[in-house]
Amino acid sequence: MASIRLAKVWKTYPNGHVAARGVDLSIADGEFMVLVGPSGCGKSTALRMIAGLETPSDGKVFIGDRDVTELPPQDRDIAMVFQSYALYPHMTVRDNLAFGLRMRGVAPAVIAERVGGAAKALGLDSVLDRKPGQLSGGQRQRVALGRAIVREPLVFLFDEPLSNLDAKLRLETRAELARLHRRLAATMVYVTHDQEEALTLGSRVAVMREGQVEQVGPPLEVYRRPATIFVATFVGSPAMNLLPADLLSGFQAEGAPRAAGTTLGVRPHDLSVMPAGSGDLDALVDVVEPRGSELLIYLRLGQTGDGPEVRVITPPDLEVAPDRVVGLRFERARLHFFDPETGRRVS
Amino acid sequence: MRRQGRWATLVIAALVLGSAFPFFRAIAGSLTPEAQLFEGAPLWPSPAVLDHYHALFTERAFWLPIRNSLVVAGATTLFCVTIGSLCAYALARLRFRGKALLLGVILAVSMFPQIAVVSPLFLLLRSIRLIDTYPGLILPYLTFAMPLAVWLLVGYFRQLPAELEEAAMVDGASRLRAFREVIVPLALPGLAATAILTFVYSWNEFLFALSFTLGPERQTVPVAIALFRGQYQVPWGQVLAAAIVATTPVAVLVLAFQRRIVQGLTAGAVKG
Amino acid sequence: MPSAEPRGVERREARLAYGMVAPAVATILLVALFPLSWTIWESLHLHDLRMPWLGQPFVGLANYADVLGDRRFWGAMAHTAWFALASVSLELVLGCVLALAMNRTFRGRALVRASILIPWAIPTVVAALVWRFMFEGLEGWLTHDVLAWVPVILADTWKETPFVALLLLAGLQGIDPTLYEAARIDGASAWRQFRFVTLPLLMPAILVALIFRTMNAFRVFDLIYVLTGGGPGTATEPIALYTFNSLMHNLRFGYGSTLSVLVFLVTFALALGYIRLLGRELTETRS
Repeated sequence: MASIRLAKVWKTYPNGHVAARGVDLSIADGEFMVLVGPSGCGKSTALRMIAGLETPSDGKVFIGDRDVTELPPQDRDIAMVFQSYALYPHMTVRDNLAFGLRMRGVAPAVIAERVGGAAKALGLDSVLDRKPGQLSGGQRQRVALGRAIVREPLVFLFDEPLSNLDAKLRLETRAELARLHRRLAATMVYVTHDQEEALTLGSRVAVMREGQVEQVGPPLEVYRRPATIFVATFVGSPAMNLLPADLLSGFQAEGAPRAAGTTLGVRPHDLSVMPAGSGDLDALVDVVEPRGSELLIYLRLGQTGDGPEVRVITPPDLEVAPDRVVGLRFERARLHFFDPETGRRVS
Repeated sequence: MRRQGRWATLVIAALVLGSAFPFFRAIAGSLTPEAQLFEGAPLWPSPAVLDHYHALFTERAFWLPIRNSLVVAGATTLFCVTIGSLCAYALARLRFRGKALLLGVILAVSMFPQIAVVSPLFLLLRSIRLIDTYPGLILPYLTFAMPLAVWLLVGYFRQLPAELEEAAMVDGASRLRAFREVIVPLALPGLAATAILTFVYSWNEFLFALSFTLGPERQTVPVAIALFRGQYQVPWGQVLAAAIVATTPVAVLVLAFQRRIVQGLTAGAVKG
Repeated sequence: MPSAEPRGVERREARLAYGMVAPAVATILLVALFPLSWTIWESLHLHDLRMPWLGQPFVGLANYADVLGDRRFWGAMAHTAWFALASVSLELVLGCVLALAMNRTFRGRALVRASILIPWAIPTVVAALVWRFMFEGLEGWLTHDVLAWVPVILADTWKETPFVALLLLAGLQGIDPTLYEAARIDGASAWRQFRFVTLPLLMPAILVALIFRTMNAFRVFDLIYVLTGGGPGTATEPIALYTFNSLMHNLRFGYGSTLSVLVFLVTFALALGYIRLLGRELTETRS
């Protein structure tokens, strides 16, 4: 097991595209770090630079205490699970699992033992002699996992491994991964575009945008105290509401900075619906979406509904209908204030 | 819809028959007794005889050109596929300066008219005493066979998912080892298609074989057939018999591997 | 700040690449580029193997001037151009018809494809001989200046149409079938569907077929050497055959090399046109 460090890493492609701008990231030994962000934010590039599949244009990569920046992937003692699994189609499952060990000259007896052990742990004993083309999607995923596990590497890397699975399998495998991490206590770096996955799996989360890390921290911290507007709206679903703080002139908010022109952020879960007139502001109901365990209500501020749009999550049995005026109450302890120019958190 | 289907079938039938007609005439001619050939060959001979086929091997030792063609085409194919696949892999996957230039040169060379290099090759081969030898044919054949093989294989390698090599490298294989253990087994269909096409082009080649061989010991099948000499005029019976014999292995290859051949032809060409 | 220097890893990859590429490059240099340079060099010299006492003096562009004044040269160029035009047009039309037909029927498609592939696969020499056999019996064809072209063009069409058809078929199969349905709903007849849906979308494949075939038609040698020998006289002599005769029969290496260079330049110009056209077609369709 080892720690990982990306030190001021840049990656510029020949066509001019900058995929990483001075990324600085430290991952502790045994940590489950999730890199999350929209497409093109540079998370996959960062992962591939840790793997050695891409070389940084500038900066260094460390695994443990070793500077591995100039080392090819085969010398880094890492294992990677690819989005498409990248199983060797012409080899049996057994040979797929054994490949990495064979490349490193491990004794055949040891190979057989480790492959057998991993196969049993992942429920693959019955398919050891089949080829990947004959397996189901879930089985292929497990072979990809098994291939990484038998190697007993310093670091595990995952590149969006769940995106090719259907929703149910995705949830099951997510739990599997969490269990795996607990069992192996291994350093894992995981890339995903799904913020929910990031929050549930990671011991720490790095939110990335346009080649930079916007915020790093435990999931709860990133959720509760987003450092920038981008993180605030990216993490959490439905997205946080952003309103001009001037709207608060109507009422006193705890910790609200007096400076005019800040942006107020409040999550849909931190607003409640009251009868019109009671509550902090009035709003006109636009659309009501029943979601089973809750209601998602779209409203427009103001009695005539000509203000900005706001989303609210309420208990499912609330009686509310479109085109009716209701009152909104803002949870004082859960307000966020941002500078609209820099996007950074103010309070 | 049905009318269109019938029209299509008619067109195809017409074109297939038109395609087959010359073969039919050739086979008929090869089975026609010598006497009947002089006064305008009939549509189908009676009696049909195998004299010409017999004479091919007893009088003309036709097995000689067949052997020569096999050796030359086989060696050319082997060389081109092995050397070419290394080159093609580097072009398809590795990053290095001069890649675009190399691709351009390969494309340009494949467009050379052979006639433009015949005389210097002749002088060169003569100076190193390779006229009328096997290497003296194989080497010139590489002029057109190598670019063809590289071109086809580059297109093929590009189609393979890059993640497989990446997985192999992460697993501990060097680039070359990943190439040998993962890429080559997967590329076998493409390699086979390239080999077949290279073999067919080499087998059919005429100009170089004509220019760089002197006698029956080293002449290939196309040259041998073209130079058949009779006592008074072209011995059509034997010529046509030789043509049929020359066509049969190629026809067999084509029938057996037609899907691969079509894939190779169209992929390399349409991709551009 | 990002640096432009190649890192150690990249340099290693480049070194490996050069190693893998070297054998092929060496081969091509030896058997293609070197001889071509020599030919260009020879074209600037007087080199007649029948008159070795004249040596090999440098004559600059004198050979080129001679060529441009040579009637037989212009005849050969005209023959080649006319041959290319006639056979390629025929092959394109027939190939298109065949491809369209093959795109529809399903039964026996493999058999049909195999049977039309065989003419493509046999040696050109064999094709030429078979066609010569068929026409030799007929009075007055091969001995006539103009009519002798008929078996030549027919033979070339017979042999090369399959390649064109297969190329166009591949292009046809890439056209989204729902486009035809939309056109039919809009009331388009079969001909209009062809003109407004098929033809434009088939353009890239047609261009590829056109350029490949034209370049090969320009280099025609085997077919005519065996079918008519360039005759009667020089009535069907293409430029490649004239070059060959100058080199190997008349042993005029300097002059023959000049002809070679000219053939090369024409082919090269066609190739450049190909790349330009295809590049434009690709970028246009992409946007």
